[in-house]
Amino acid sequence: MLFYDRMQFAFTITFHYLFPQLTMGLALIVVYFKWRFLRTKETVFNDAAKFWMKIFALNFVMGVVTGIPMEFQFGTNWAKFSELTGGIIGQTLAMEGMFSFFLESSFLGLFLFGEKLLGQKLHFLTGFLVFLGSWASGYLIIATHSWMQHPVGYEILENGKFVLNNFGALFSNPWLLPSFLHNQMGSVITTSFVIAGVGAFYILNNKHSKFGKLFVKTGVIFGLISSVLAAFPTGDLAAKNVVKHQPVAFAAMEGIFETEEGGSEIILIGQPDVENKKLDNKLAVPNVLSFLTYQRWDAEIKGLNEFDESLYPTNIPGLYYAYHIMVGLGTIFIALLGIALIQLFRKKLYSTKWILWLLVFMIPFPYIANTAGWYTAELGRQPWLVYNLLKTADGISPNVSSGNTLFTLLGFIGLYLLLGMLFLILAGKIINKGPETSKEI
Amino acid sequence: MELFWYIVLMVMLVTYIILDGYDFGAGIIHLFFGKNDKDKKAITNAIGPFWDANEVWLIAVGGVLFFAFPTLYAVSFSGFYLPLIFILWLLIFRAIGLELRGQLKNKMWEAIWDKSFGLASLLLALFFGIALGNVVRGVNLGMVTDGVSTHEAHYFFLPLWNPTFSPNAEHLGIIDWFTLLLGIISVVALTIHGANWIIFKTNSSINERLKKVVFNLNIVLVLLVICSVFVWHYVDPQPFKNFMEQPLLWVLPGITLFGLFGLFNVKKFKKHGLGFLFSSLFLLGGLSSTVASIFPKVLPSTNDVNPSLTIHNVAADDYGLSVGVYWFIIAAVLVVVYMFIQYRVFRGKMDDVGYGEH
Ligand code: HDD
Ligand code: HEM
Ligand code: HEM
Repeated sequence: MLFYDRMQFAFTITFHYLFPQLTMGLALIVVYFKWRFLRTKETVFNDAAKFWMKIFALNFVMGVVTGIPMEFQFGTNWAKFSELTGGIIGQTLAMEGMFSFFLESSFLGLFLFGEKLLGQKLHFLTGFLVFLGSWASGYLIIATHSWMQHPVGYEILENGKFVLNNFGALFSNPWLLPSFLHNQMGSVITTSFVIAGVGAFYILNNKHSKFGKLFVKTGVIFGLISSVLAAFPTGDLAAKNVVKHQPVAFAAMEGIFETEEGGSEIILIGQPDVENKKLDNKLAVPNVLSFLTYQRWDAEIKGLNEFDESLYPTNIPGLYYAYHIMVGLGTIFIALLGIALIQLFRKKLYSTKWILWLLVFMIPFPYIANTAGWYTAELGRQPWLVYNLLKTADGISPNVSSGNTLFTLLGFIGLYLLLGMLFLILAGKIINKGPETSKEI
Repeated sequence: MELFWYIVLMVMLVTYIILDGYDFGAGIIHLFFGKNDKDKKAITNAIGPFWDANEVWLIAVGGVLFFAFPTLYAVSFSGFYLPLIFILWLLIFRAIGLELRGQLKNKMWEAIWDKSFGLASLLLALFFGIALGNVVRGVNLGMVTDGVSTHEAHYFFLPLWNPTFSPNAEHLGIIDWFTLLLGIISVVALTIHGANWIIFKTNSSINERLKKVVFNLNIVLVLLVICSVFVWHYVDPQPFKNFMEQPLLWVLPGITLFGLFGLFNVKKFKKHGLGFLFSSLFLLGGLSSTVASIFPKVLPSTNDVNPSLTIHNVAADDYGLSVGVYWFIIAAVLVVVYMFIQYRVFRGKMDDVGYGEH
């Protein structure tokens, strides 16, 4: 049944994506620490890299074991979709396996176990290749996803099959680059908060303070840069893509029920009432949305009233909240990290207790923002599986009964709860133990 | 074009089975022969830095199957729904068994993950053999009853078993005596293969015992293979047809036999890698002879209403397949380079890698 298939996909992908976002960001930061070590020869950087590699290794395993079901689920649960579009999205998915997963996994073994065998320079290089592999994987999966949001380079045969007629178009898809860069910023934000949070935890506990300071500083700087870049230009460009190619999804995201003459307001808070087509308890700033979208205060933005109801995204309130959670959190991140940076410049950050406490408690929130971002993208796409071309309901496996899907859904839920618990316990143990200081060389 | 991608896919599949096969075998050995901590450590050290990259071959096989033969990917993955999901779950248990064991120093913790790794490896080996059995035997495409398809021509769905466990029943199950036989062959062959890998990559104290194990299991394997050849005609009336038409194909069963009999010399091998070479040849030959015997079919139909799936009616269109060749060749060269580097850095015995020590 469609419902269980969607639940299973949503559950497994949401869980999966909790891990790659940290993998991709940590790969960057570990390579950064390694690079600082090569430049300065200060062992604290190498020890920091070693410490985060432990978390990386654990996180990576979780990403791998939850990623493999993703790849297989297209066939098991979305057979019709796979059959019809496999000639196209199979390209990018197969490329992901061939180009990025091999790169990542071959060199990860070397990176984790080969420091002594390889020497520092080569060890750095293997780390860099792991980073490259993980970002390439993000790129190719988002290329796949972009095609579903904004199909290009295809032709539809009489039997309903999508065939590729322009390979290059898959990669020059206007949806792809903003989406990829925005997503990568999201992953760096998550990692920055994790690093800063762990560092703040050490300072507050008076343990490993040398590392604590390094982590907080690195996290705050990387976090602020990536949060700003997530909003502008990448988030802005992503939003412009939605306005242009999925105007009805955009209206629902923003909660605009009526087109407004002379420019649309931006809604900060409010609860959509889809039955009566209005927004309750609205708090809004006039004309800002028009400006943000078209750089003109009076530009017209189409409201939901302009579209036929059959075109509406299927879950308007969900879409609206997801979008507002993401953007709201993004704004909070910029504000918090901005203050932290000022304190850093005034050399007071490490003694400003409330910021350190906040940094610890903020760790889950970038995960929430990233998940909310994906829900924005995915709920905005509904009821389409391939936008405007293939309905989600027409993509499921016609031969798998709902009893079987529910069975496997329950199995995944149980198994993933176990994985999540194990991950938290073990990551907690590694963090509590803290980095080890090696002798100066 | 289809033929090119079919060959690519088969080469990748064989590579996967040879590489991850030794991990499964090592898991089985670990389960039955890993008595003390030192031996267990030797076993996991031997596969530690490799297993993840080996598993990527499976992902890559899945990806290329999806891309080049989307209909086959869709039909078979949904038709064999439950066993596939079980395989996914088992892969999860195998991976966390390996990776989490060393994270806490506690006897119970270690015992749980040892079992998780070992049992998952055993069951995976069994399931892969059963899967091969299903492909040879074929399925009821279109779910025909009384001469009428109840589903779109190539879709089907198989339960795990039917009560008769017969490969000729009207309503087939995934597990029947024939597919189970192939499953057992797979378990035995991969156990041998894994033992050979451990002998090759470690100085473990159980190596001498493992040589005996390989020798004895090889006798079992020969018997099972003979047995399977005798019952093969129950599922495929003309298993040798392709070989008669293309005598060159006899090389493949030849390789199988060469590997099989080579293994009997295991006790005398001076070079430790030789055993592994022979068991690889057996896997290569066995798998390729099997798929060659049903070629160009990739999933035979057991009814007369709907035609079998062949490489021609499941392939993607030509343009996609042709552009794929360009990126694939680049990627394949890179993969070979990575593997070369990986196996070069971790050459020789691996007893001191320190896998799983945190
Ligand atoms: C920490 C994470 C994070 C933060 C702070 C933001 N985003 Fe985001 N956003 C994501 C993480 C994310 C994401 C999870 O990575 C998404 C899902 C799909 C994608 O490519 O990125 C996403 C998608 C996404 C989309 C949907 C694109 C689509 O429908 O495919 C839009 C319009 C925006 N974002 C816009 C913004 C704006 C204007 C932000 C300003 C503050 C913002 N995001 C902050
Ligand atoms: C880039 C890779 C991704 C691809 C190719 C992809 C593809 C899909 C597919 C095939 C479905 C099922 C059909 C449907 O309901 O539309 C789906 C649904 C969904 N995905 Fe994604 N997805 C991707 C990433 C993500 C991520 C990272 C998340 C969340 C963190 C996510 C969240 C969801 C949700 C919530 C649904 C269910 C939507 C609904 O059915 O209402 N997706 N996606
Ligand atoms: C439905 C879509 C998805 C599929 C089919 C999928 C598939 C996979 C697979 C098979 C793996 C394991 C690879 C290995 O063994 O090394 C994996 C890991 C990974 N995935 Fe996903 N994935 C999906 C969604 C996503 C999304 C949305 C992203 C991020 C943009 C992502 C990024 C990664 C990364 C960076 C890794 C490697 C690091 C890690 O394992 O944590 N994936 N994925």
